[in-house]
Amino acid sequence: MELAGCGRAQLQPAGPISAAERTILLNSVVIMLAIVIPTIVLTVGVAWWYRSSNTRARRQPDFVYSGRVELLVWSIPTLVIIFLGGIAWISSHDLDPAQPLPSKAPAVDIQVVSLDWKWLFIYPKLGIASVNRLVVPAGVPLHLMVTSASVWNVFWVPQLGSMLYCMNGMAGNLYLQADHPGVYRGESAMISGDGFADMHFDTDAMPQGRFDAWVASTRGAGPTLDSQAYRALLRQSIEAPHTYRSVRPGLFADIVMQRLPPGDGPRGGVPGVTPVGLK
Amino acid sequence: MSLLGKLTWQAIPFNEPLPLISGAAVLVVIIAVVAWVVIRGYLPYLWREWITSVDHKRIGIMYCILAGVMLLRGFIDAIMMRAQQAAAYNAPGFLPPSHFDQVFSAHGTIMIFFVAMPFVIGLMNVIVPLQLGVRDVAFPTLNSVSFWLTAAGALLVNLSLVVGEFDRTGWLPYPPLSELTYSPGVGVDYYCWSLQISGIGTLMTGINFVTTILKLRAPGMHYSRMPMFCWTALASNLLIVAAFPILTACLAMLLLDRYVGFHFFTDTGGGNSMMFMNLIWAWGHPEVYILVLPAFGIYSEVVSTFSSKPLFGYRSMIYATMAICIISFMVWLHHFFTMGAGADVNAIFGIASMIIAVPTGVKIFNWLFTMYGGYVRFTSPMLWTIGFMVTFAIGGMTGVLLAVPPADFQLHNSVFLVAHFHNVIIGAVLFGVFAGYTYWFPKAFGIVLDERLGKWAFWLWLIGFWVAWGPGYVVGLEGMTRRLQHYDVAEWHPWLVLAEWGVFIILLGIIAQIAQIVVSIRTRERRRDVTGDPWDGRNLEWVTSSPPPSFNFAVLPDVTDQEPYWDMKARAREIGQLTRPEPQYEPIHMPRNSPTGFVTAFFAVVTGFALIWHIWWLVLLGLAGAYATFVVFAWRDHDEILIPAEEVARLDRANRAARSAALHHRQLRRESQPESRE
Repeated sequence: MELAGCGRAQLQPAGPISAAERTILLNSVVIMLAIVIPTIVLTVGVAWWYRSSNTRARRQPDFVYSGRVELLVWSIPTLVIIFLGGIAWISSHDLDPAQPLPSKAPAVDIQVVSLDWKWLFIYPKLGIASVNRLVVPAGVPLHLMVTSASVWNVFWVPQLGSMLYCMNGMAGNLYLQADHPGVYRGESAMISGDGFADMHFDTDAMPQGRFDAWVASTRGAGPTLDSQAYRALLRQSIEAPHTYRSVRPGLFADIVMQRLPPGDGPRGGVPGVTPVGLK
Repeated sequence: MSLLGKLTWQAIPFNEPLPLISGAAVLVVIIAVVAWVVIRGYLPYLWREWITSVDHKRIGIMYCILAGVMLLRGFIDAIMMRAQQAAAYNAPGFLPPSHFDQVFSAHGTIMIFFVAMPFVIGLMNVIVPLQLGVRDVAFPTLNSVSFWLTAAGALLVNLSLVVGEFDRTGWLPYPPLSELTYSPGVGVDYYCWSLQISGIGTLMTGINFVTTILKLRAPGMHYSRMPMFCWTALASNLLIVAAFPILTACLAMLLLDRYVGFHFFTDTGGGNSMMFMNLIWAWGHPEVYILVLPAFGIYSEVVSTFSSKPLFGYRSMIYATMAICIISFMVWLHHFFTMGAGADVNAIFGIASMIIAVPTGVKIFNWLFTMYGGYVRFTSPMLWTIGFMVTFAIGGMTGVLLAVPPADFQLHNSVFLVAHFHNVIIGAVLFGVFAGYTYWFPKAFGIVLDERLGKWAFWLWLIGFWVAWGPGYVVGLEGMTRRLQHYDVAEWHPWLVLAEWGVFIILLGIIAQIAQIVVSIRTRERRRDVTGDPWDGRNLEWVTSSPPPSFNFAVLPDVTDQEPYWDMKARAREIGQLTRPEPQYEPIHMPRNSPTGFVTAFFAVVTGFALIWHIWWLVLLGLAGAYATFVVFAWRDHDEILIPAEEVARLDRANRAARSAALHHRQLRRESQPESRE
């Protein structure tokens, strides 16, 4: 198993979405380099060749307009953009984050709640929850429903693919998949206050058997996530990973529908926390 | 409620030495400068000739000075951020999150609103009326008000260093984080009121310059004869007029949320924070082009002058400029593809964003063809331009990459994005204003800047930029998100250390620029630009002396084609004497100086400060003072001064004599070396 946080990211994809996105990213760069590199070389070359001291250069001080050149300079970027635009149109539809992944296996539902400053992952069908550690089965599509219990965050596991905003009062749909077991770094991509730098988590993808064992062991121990525990979680804090053996049914819907109020911000108007990793 | 609202001694960060010491140092410098000015007896001169001046050139110079000073302030923030991230691998670094968050917010706010904006507006102020061949902008006193309101905003932002705190939510204060619940301090209020005040100034600049360019041009200067810098200034100011009201309204709504409990953008009560993001980028994306279009204009002027050729594809360049101006309003959503808007919306905005690359690419090619077949002189403005073309080609490419939605899904808000916009803002906007500053410095001050140090500055900035932000692209592709106060990923660390070195190289570049000013002033006698045309220029700003007289032109120039000055000069060189006989000089009416701008800005600072700290009586006092200033101005009796014909004649004759002498000198030199071409 690989170690967490070893700088592996978008360019080392671990799932179908991130692999497809890497392809789009690299293809786009290569297409553009085909015009950018010649432009750079020409810029430096032309400037140097026509330096005023070069006696061999042929001067054309009246060359200020040419229909052919105009046609060329408008059509080259236009053609490149038509090509790239086509890629953008097709790939935007193919890789729409809310689109389910084709798979025989049913997707695992996970509800993601960003809090100040930790992540809560609820497994609604399994009745358990985890803080700051996302445990998933490998090779199975994941259906993530993403919301926030206070300010905005962005849910992002670079090796799995597409990021998505977490916003209070709404739930976003995101389909991802980890092809292989491994630990993939996850983080927030939106400043959310003083504890923002500690809003990272490990995504632990494991074989189905080990995942089932983890579910069983989680069910067997730890506190329950009821309204009271949720209120404690809502307060600004930075926490080490832990789990809940059961979750109050409908908790996620209550957060999204704002039947539970959002976090109330810094206590006494004075924010300030010590990051957990640095204590 | 206390007399001083929320303001208590707790607002001064006695427990944080860093802002206190730096604040004290700044205070000492300010007191020393003021004391020096007073003791040497310069105060009346400053008041008469600068503070109350409504001369577009003086106002432009003051804008550029403000931008330069704020660049130093913003750059200190940059050094602190780079040092923090270089140190904060598995460590707390030296800035706690509460302070680090203020530093990056202040850095962005200052660099965009109080460096890039005033620098661009300052250069437009100095040059646009000269290039149009007119005596001043349409509303000279309003111009002074614009400048002083911008300075007022800058003062308030900097005041937050020692009184209270600054915004901690980034340079755009996204709710809900910026709402009272999550940001109960005065930081967001400092941000909003500073920008509201300076935003009024910017909007008035926009109105002023659109009016000037559309309504005041020298006789015969049709739109198809306007210099490219004026075209880009027109596009930029049209964007200001259209976009800045959106910013004002957007921040007003956030302020209503914070001050009186509205629910525009709150989580609860039916507010919608997404609306803030739409509105702020409906302003924010045009803002990018407000900054970069005038820079493109500068490059056009510089490339043409230093290739000794007219701009290639002039009409094409106008179409490209205006295309960018319009399309820039239709792309704002690409700032949040990752919000989950859906495939059609993302694809349409992605393609719209890419389309901007077409006119931009056309511009690059046209600059290239301007050099083609010319006599390229590698002066420092030309170096900035070529450095820009190379750097911007990369920055533009990463921009188009970010416009491909699925690529953006993996790059949004990463350091890759931060590297991209530094690539374009430093590589296009800042390089552009540096090119313009070096190019037009002789026009503004009558002194040609030291070229050797200018070239040092260019190379240090160029190399420093790539050492600082090349690593940004790398760590962005290694999954690093922006604004991290500390991190635990070993791979990022060496790159962030390298980036810190890049910042130090840029620091050397800035030192070279400061040395360039000092050396140039000390050796000013042999740097005098006596003819008013040090670079063999082509547009009307070079017709008049350097620095130009307050009335710019003794007689308004007659424009008969696209490069009137170049033709005039070519003919003069042919016949070996000035083309125009000495004109019949007439007295000239010029607008009278006015303290309105300064006094209004004083009351704006008072009002802003009082609003930030909830000192309501002072708010009323400040507003009443500003209104009274306006009334006094509106009821003034004398609004013009008369410059007698003899004075006009004296100044113009001196310049004509210098130009005649230069022509004669050139003639002699050509006769002695018929082969050479200068």
